[in-house]
Amino acid sequence: MPDTILVVVEQREGKLNRVSWETLTAGQALAAETGWTLEAAVVGSGVSNFANEVAAKKVAKVYAVESPKLEPYTPDAFSAALRQFIESKKPKLVLMPHTYQVRDFVPKLATAMGRTAISDCIGYKKEGGKLLFTRQMFQGKLAADVSFACDAPWFVTLQNGAFRGDKVEAGANPAPVETVNVQIADGIIRNKPQEVFKEAKQAVDLTQAEIIVSVGRGIKEQKNIDLAKQLAEALGGELAASRPICDSGWLPMDRQIGSSGQTVAPKLYLALGISGAIQHIVGMKGARTIIAINKDSEAPIFEIADYAVVGNLFDIVPPLIEEVKKAKAGA
Amino acid sequence: MKILVCMKQVPQKDAPLKLNESGAWIREDVSYEVNEPDAFALEEALRQKEKHGGEVVVITSGPARAQQVLREALAKGADRAIHLEDNAFVGLDALNTARAFASAIKDEKFDLIFTGLQSDDYGYAQTGVVLAELLGWPHATIIMQIEKNDAGIRVKRELEAGYFQFVDMPLPAVLTIQSGINKLRYATLIGIKQAKNKPLRKVSMADVQAAITGNLQKIERLYVPQKTKNTEFLEGSANEVAKKLVDKLRNEVRVL
Repeated sequence: MPDTILVVVEQREGKLNRVSWETLTAGQALAAETGWTLEAAVVGSGVSNFANEVAAKKVAKVYAVESPKLEPYTPDAFSAALRQFIESKKPKLVLMPHTYQVRDFVPKLATAMGRTAISDCIGYKKEGGKLLFTRQMFQGKLAADVSFACDAPWFVTLQNGAFRGDKVEAGANPAPVETVNVQIADGIIRNKPQEVFKEAKQAVDLTQAEIIVSVGRGIKEQKNIDLAKQLAEALGGELAASRPICDSGWLPMDRQIGSSGQTVAPKLYLALGISGAIQHIVGMKGARTIIAINKDSEAPIFEIADYAVVGNLFDIVPPLIEEVKKAKAGA
Repeated sequence: MKILVCMKQVPQKDAPLKLNESGAWIREDVSYEVNEPDAFALEEALRQKEKHGGEVVVITSGPARAQQVLREALAKGADRAIHLEDNAFVGLDALNTARAFASAIKDEKFDLIFTGLQSDDYGYAQTGVVLAELLGWPHATIIMQIEKNDAGIRVKRELEAGYFQFVDMPLPAVLTIQSGINKLRYATLIGIKQAKNKPLRKVSMADVQAAITGNLQKIERLYVPQKTKNTEFLEGSANEVAKKLVDKLRNEVRVL
């Protein structure tokens, strides 16, 4: 019997999290590479409609792992449910998207099962029968190929955008769907989650902006943000920022780009004084063109920039604003 | 409230990194600093102590140089420190690091354990959650606010895309703290002086050896990432670069 790859998709607030298609694409690629069987599972209460959605893709079988105690999400319930399920099905490899929810329970689940998780992977390699998972280290400055030194099940979480959700293969016929009811004993769940809410009034929807001028710590002081604002205005774009700028209150939270903020894919992303930490990159690497200005030639942002300027943004941005204005005036 | 803050020393953000001979780790002749999320975790613990009284204990694992992180924490107001001191701690995975910590604190009675949400070097975001499972404690991750109440604590969990969620939890608990939860304080001169007299307990690898095993995962190799993008570097004076950029914006990007 071939080994099984189990993709655990994510459902939240009544919807299948789109990133799940990326995980399924990865699962399909790994299944093709290894010859292992691909299965999927969705965890929650009343999730059979999500299971049916997944069953339309190319996958051998889909499970709805059910318990009323799985709604709302808690790490205790999800860990207990998946442990039961995985112990009975014994997959070789368990794939999940590296979402905030997965980060909240996968290390607990792996530890409870005496196993480990390789987190936030951007790819994989097969080298002489050994499966290696590639991940970024030191905020993207170096890459690491990591292997498992333990028995299955192997837990792997995948970085947002590492695989293409739009490339997931549809199935020729709907896959069989099986409901698995799990037992979660009283007293297992210790956290009491309240309603999910959005804090910032969404004054601007950065996902709709064609041009974004974004500032990072290199902007140094709050008053310097005006320079970036002038450039954004000259270009007809929106102003955005990396997390530390918003944490300091220099720009409101709805201007934040990254894993905690918005994920954008504009025509142009101009990064000023942004080093390119992973948590920021995941929010903008889909931009059509990336221009980066940073005085550190080793800044990881230059790995993904189309056009790069190693220099002082305070020297470069003022003449840039003038040249943009001239160009727009038809000069 | 007795709070333990798990802290890590990591290479400085702008430190130039070189691979060591084995190609599976970096050369350690770089400058180090405290892992930024851990600094926020410490600050949060100090604020909770200021509000509710109690004790803040800091712990780290690593070679002698890692003591710097503890000294700084003591200077900022932590009460005592625990240093798991050995070069070999650097190579432990999250599971074994958590096991070593659990072993080192087995005779203590903490109400809360904080870690930063992830480290700037490995970036796994696991150690805090693993530790909670090993201790059998509830946990919550990516926390932006903590309030004490009669039943335990109410925490504010950060979710993606600007969403948040409050969670009520009993104590004791483990929390992984998000950057930006507060504003970091500077150590005062008095604090730095007082730090010299605060207790610093050393724990050796031998002391915790029984609690750990070989790593369950292995870094086979580290390398400079292969570029998939063809980056064009624009050079010249500021004015020249500005003109080159506008040329690209007009002819390649087509936004002008």
